Amino acid sequence: MIKVTAAEAARMAIEEAMAADPTVIALGEEVADPEGGGIRKVTKGLSTRFGADRVKSTPISEQAIMGAAVGAAIAGMRPVAEIMLMNFMTLALDQLVNHAAKIRYMSGGATSVPLTVRTMTGAGRSLGGQHSDMVEAWLAHTPGLKVVVPSTPADYKGLLYSCIFDDDPCVFVENSIHLSARGDVPVGLHAIPLGKAHIVRPGADVTIISYGRPMDDVKKVAESLGEEGISVEVIDLRTISPLDEAAILNSVAKTKRAVIVHEAVRSFGVGAEIAARIHEHLFGELAAPVQRLGMPYTPVPFSSALEKTILWSPEKITAAIRKTLG
Amino acid sequence: MTDTTAHAAADEPDAGALLDIYKRAATIVLTDEKLRAVIRSGRLSTPYYSPRGQEIISAAMAVNLRKDDYVVTIYRGMHDHLAKGVPLKDLWAEYAGKAAGSCKGKGGPMHITHPDVGVLVTTGIVGSGLPIANGLAWASKIRQEDRVTVTNFGDGASNIGAFHESLNMASLWKLPVIFLCQNNRYAEHTRYDKGTSIERISDRAVSYSMPGVTVNGNDAIEMWRAARDAVARARAGEGPTLIEANTFRFHGHHMGDSGEYMAKGELEAAMIRDPFVALRQLIVARGAASDADLTAMEDALRTEIDEAAAYAFAAKYPEPEEALEDVYASAVS
Repeated sequence: MIKVTAAEAARMAIEEAMAADPTVIALGEEVADPEGGGIRKVTKGLSTRFGADRVKSTPISEQAIMGAAVGAAIAGMRPVAEIMLMNFMTLALDQLVNHAAKIRYMSGGATSVPLTVRTMTGAGRSLGGQHSDMVEAWLAHTPGLKVVVPSTPADYKGLLYSCIFDDDPCVFVENSIHLSARGDVPVGLHAIPLGKAHIVRPGADVTIISYGRPMDDVKKVAESLGEEGISVEVIDLRTISPLDEAAILNSVAKTKRAVIVHEAVRSFGVGAEIAARIHEHLFGELAAPVQRLGMPYTPVPFSSALEKTILWSPEKITAAIRKTLG
Repeated sequence: MTDTTAHAAADEPDAGALLDIYKRAATIVLTDEKLRAVIRSGRLSTPYYSPRGQEIISAAMAVNLRKDDYVVTIYRGMHDHLAKGVPLKDLWAEYAGKAAGSCKGKGGPMHITHPDVGVLVTTGIVGSGLPIANGLAWASKIRQEDRVTVTNFGDGASNIGAFHESLNMASLWKLPVIFLCQNNRYAEHTRYDKGTSIERISDRAVSYSMPGVTVNGNDAIEMWRAARDAVARARAGEGPTLIEANTFRFHGHHMGDSGEYMAKGELEAAMIRDPFVALRQLIVARGAASDADLTAMEDALRTEIDEAAAYAFAAKYPEPEEALEDVYASAVS
């Protein structure tokens, strides 16, 4: 183990993948070393080590970036494309949704698109309405895509490595605050399976399901409630789609109570999907209605005073848990 | 930037190449004839965007390509598919939505894919093939193959942002890609000059520092020459070319198109200058083959097409479970 930032952990994953397999290539705005190795330095050093043909800085052309990644993937490469911010994915959605996600299906399996899209987002830095959005629910609503949201530096490495070697198109959502957070990361090969949730903390009284940056507060709340004698089971989804339904249902069947916490807007969100599945399978066994915590139905405001009010907090998470306990 | 009119008269396809172009064009023309007949009769229900009138472009490009070269095309792409060598039975079965189709009946005419002959992507989204072609070409470049990628699109696609992003990137990265704009004068139902602010699309290449040529795509010799030059340039690692091949579609945007948006007599004038007939006359005039030879060739093709159609109609539909296959490569819980 070494203690590094999530950005460094992601860099390790790409570098180790590129060293292991010559078909792994990278592209995106400013990803090569002359341009700085990426806005958060996740690709720093890679063009120097692996050559300018395999790691290419691009013009500010999101459709061309995503399309080139799709084409290279169809031709047998494993491209890792960086779309600088998740809001900029809007510019590349034709390539991602109409092509990357569907080409395998529409060709009857004759071609496939093993690409990884890395992107960054997250509220909490006063970046306003166009640089903060979590839109993972849009992407999870598209059959053919895999959507991955890591929450610790070790998971940044292990999940990104698995995305790169997965044969389907994966979107890997990095958090702009988390990228600077440090944690223990395994040295050498570290691959975490996609589509499998992580039971971070076992518990008996209530299940809390989350992913991404809110996981930090979820873990703290679970610990402090544990001191009060409330036993909280914590599930980190890691992969949004395909959703690990079995892990969720097994846990809630045991605890009879569930709280879902995500950063994205609550309405029509991932939490709604999870709540629906819990109700479909466990309606008669639940001790309380499922609680969902997410952003209110509003764009992300600029002012830090306002931004704070719309995001989750330990207090809000605690209140949601207490609500299920009656 | 360059012009092909200065080429010497001897700079032309030989008799064998001309006959090859004719055979590919005849396959397209006769398949189109049969497809329209079975769709009109109600025997086949499928979206179909007839490429009739544009067949010389695909055929003259294809004879300059190797089997392992990549082709990307669009919903009006049957001519590109057949010219590149998609087997008739695979194509017909896919049009009929059968399990034996090139995409197991899950893509249809707008998404024909056949990697064995280099047809890697067919898209129904205008302009979206160009960025993908760059990626295919980039992969070839990294692997140091001398493979060429051709991406076909219409005049309307040259107004999409993806066109401009792609030409810029291809030029910067010196990719072995050919942007083949089949300018059939109408973007769906919008006349060229009402939707495109420049007289020649090939002039747009100037903005991206690549050669751009405008040719009569209905003239087999002119089109062959432009294709040959662009392929040679890409194969030699010298970078991309934009070819604007002027042409005209004979059957409107889609089946049943009333054509009310066209000027009176415009379509008739184009059909009188039928590029397929013109090629036949050229071949006969040059003594490359006789009328009887060409008729015999067409008769054989017609039999082959009838057999492919019969095969497709008799083939089995996919099993219901097939609808859920191929969403992901690796199993999903």
